[in-house]
Amino acid sequence: MSRYFVRRILATIPLMFIISIFVFMFIHLIPGDPARTIAGLDAEEWQVEAIREEYGLNKPIVTQYVDYMVKLFHGDMGESMKSFTPVSELIAERMPQTLKLVFAGVLWAPILGIFIGVMSAIKQGKIFDHVCMLIAITGLSAPGFWLGLMGIQIFSVQLGWLPSGGLDSWKGFILPSFTMGCGIMAVLARYSRSSMLETLREDYVRTARAKGQKESLVMFSHAFRNSLIQVVTILGLQIGGLLSGSVLTETVFSIPGMGRLLTDSIQFRDYAAVQGLLMLFALQYVLINLVVDLLYGVINPKIRLD
Amino acid sequence: MVQERLLTVNKLRTEFFQSKKSSVTAINEISFHLDKGEILGLVGESGCGKSVTSLSIMRLLNFTSGKVTKGEVIFDGEDLQKISENEMRKIRGGKMSMIFQEPMSSLNPAMRIDKQMIEGIRLHTNMSKEEARKHASKMLSQVGIPDPERVLKNYPHQLSGGMSQRVMIAMAMSCNPQMLIADEPTTALDVTIQAQILELMKKIQQEEGMSILLITHDLGVVAEMCTRVIVMYAGEIVEEAPVEELFNHPTHPYTEGLIASVPKLGSGVKVLPSIPGSVPDLSMLPKGCRFAPRCKYATERCRNEEPDLFQISANQKCRCWRQER
Ligand SMILES: Nc1ncnc2c1ncn2[C@@H]1O[C@H](COP(=O)(O)OP(=O)(O)OP(=O)(O)O)[C@@H](O)[C@H]1O
Ligand code: SF4
Ligand SMILES: [Mg+2]
Repeated sequence: MSRYFVRRILATIPLMFIISIFVFMFIHLIPGDPARTIAGLDAEEWQVEAIREEYGLNKPIVTQYVDYMVKLFHGDMGESMKSFTPVSELIAERMPQTLKLVFAGVLWAPILGIFIGVMSAIKQGKIFDHVCMLIAITGLSAPGFWLGLMGIQIFSVQLGWLPSGGLDSWKGFILPSFTMGCGIMAVLARYSRSSMLETLREDYVRTARAKGQKESLVMFSHAFRNSLIQVVTILGLQIGGLLSGSVLTETVFSIPGMGRLLTDSIQFRDYAAVQGLLMLFALQYVLINLVVDLLYGVINPKIRLD
Repeated sequence: MVQERLLTVNKLRTEFFQSKKSSVTAINEISFHLDKGEILGLVGESGCGKSVTSLSIMRLLNFTSGKVTKGEVIFDGEDLQKISENEMRKIRGGKMSMIFQEPMSSLNPAMRIDKQMIEGIRLHTNMSKEEARKHASKMLSQVGIPDPERVLKNYPHQLSGGMSQRVMIAMAMSCNPQMLIADEPTTALDVTIQAQILELMKKIQQEEGMSILLITHDLGVVAEMCTRVIVMYAGEIVEEAPVEELFNHPTHPYTEGLIASVPKLGSGVKVLPSIPGSVPDLSMLPKGCRFAPRCKYATERCRNEEPDLFQISANQKCRCWRQER
């Protein structure tokens, strides 16, 4: 049983390294000279050179990468080139806001999405099914930030019921969490519907009925559980995208989270901060996928026991 | 020995609906009966309506686009078409149970065998979980599984096809059914396992005095197992006869064709004569006898008038103008 889990956990280590190389390369391929940016456009060449020296930017790129990784392992993400505070501090300061936002989206959207999908499958072809799928398609085709802007326009500007930004009260959570979760809900509704429909045609569902099992239990303990196996993978991809998806939501609702930090840092060419944030986003993506794969093993005995 | 009726199917018709108005009739007014302690064979080529017949009896088509639109299914004195879904559920898996063609996919892949068996047992008895588990274990040894405790802890993908079918049989037998419907129980298995499973079914049938409706397209299986046979073609019964009669004096040209295409042991024949043509599409049935396009005896009359199922002797029936009485 544990072999699958151990193997899967170990596999994330090389993956993280490869991703870190890509992130690092990517940052260094961005046009523009970070040292020049820090020094300012009217600085002398020797001043720029001094900054290169200070940040190690004149060393070979491999050395720079190794230095960075060694420091990273000691919890040192370098120093912001804008505010000269450690990047880890900047991030720690912003993280709670983003996490709150992500949770606000994650708590309801997958559950509601799966529920809608499964019920649509059970009521296939009925009005309920059509209405739900219409909503799901709308949710899929409308970008989250646009929904957010519409929400602000209607509920904040015109009706004045909800604040247009910030996460200071529970009311403040409503629109951002809706913006964050809408897409996930729609995707999961679609996927769980088709997965459930597929499962309902399986022979073992017929077997469960032939046993004399109640239809509600046939659906729940036989069909639903098996249909989840496919849905979980999609769920992972969706949640993995949430943290980066928070960039837009934070901008729309002026929430000072990591997403905002990222956009600000990119504008200022604050390479250290951008690099740190991207590493963190990549790490969370890998971790969420790990959790999903482990979960997949838990619900799918074929994977777990092979 | 006085024969007692267990099941009487009377003019049963099942249609599949593409929409509210348009449908195809998959089985058309079929009538037959099954006595207590009897093994009745139901044969015919693929697509002739064997599975639909069994699913109609069990009322398992309600979950598809299929619907029984006419006829009765009298089981143990009760019309199964008239009772409520709740009452029907008590019969399914209880007094009447079923095993299927694909044993591997007929077990829930995400559930251990013990749980799947206990579920069925507890639906129809008032055993506790522990008692039900013991009973499941006993059933598994009864179907010849040497290490029931290990199998109970397994997931379906850890079992072979033959093993899975044994589990399915144990599951179907676990509530002491009066009737078992076996829909091609050995078709998906390899030859040696086939023989073992058939032998097992026969043994259990004799011990428990149960009735079996055995669906197959393998006449060899029929000869081995059954007392009486029904031959179906394009949704209708075309011949009904005791097994010796059927093999010695087949009266319907279709039955003749089926029997001619069974390899005989030691005959040395490699290429078997098979019936030319194929089963007609249900939505485009020929006028007259449904078998006429493939029948070497077909006449003008056959192509225009549909023959009845004629009673040609005390226990043989045939749907062919040549047997008109
Ligand atoms: N769910 C369904 N929807 C529409 N038509 C169906 C459905 N199930 C069966 N049919 C039709 O009913 C007819 C009889 O099918 P059935 O499955 O009973 O054949 P069969 O005799 O069991 O064949 P096989 O030997 O292949 O199992 C077929 O022509 C098939 O097209
Ligand atoms: S009725 Fe005619 S066509 Fe049909 S089986 Fe008999 S001989 Fe053949
Ligand atoms: Mg069939």
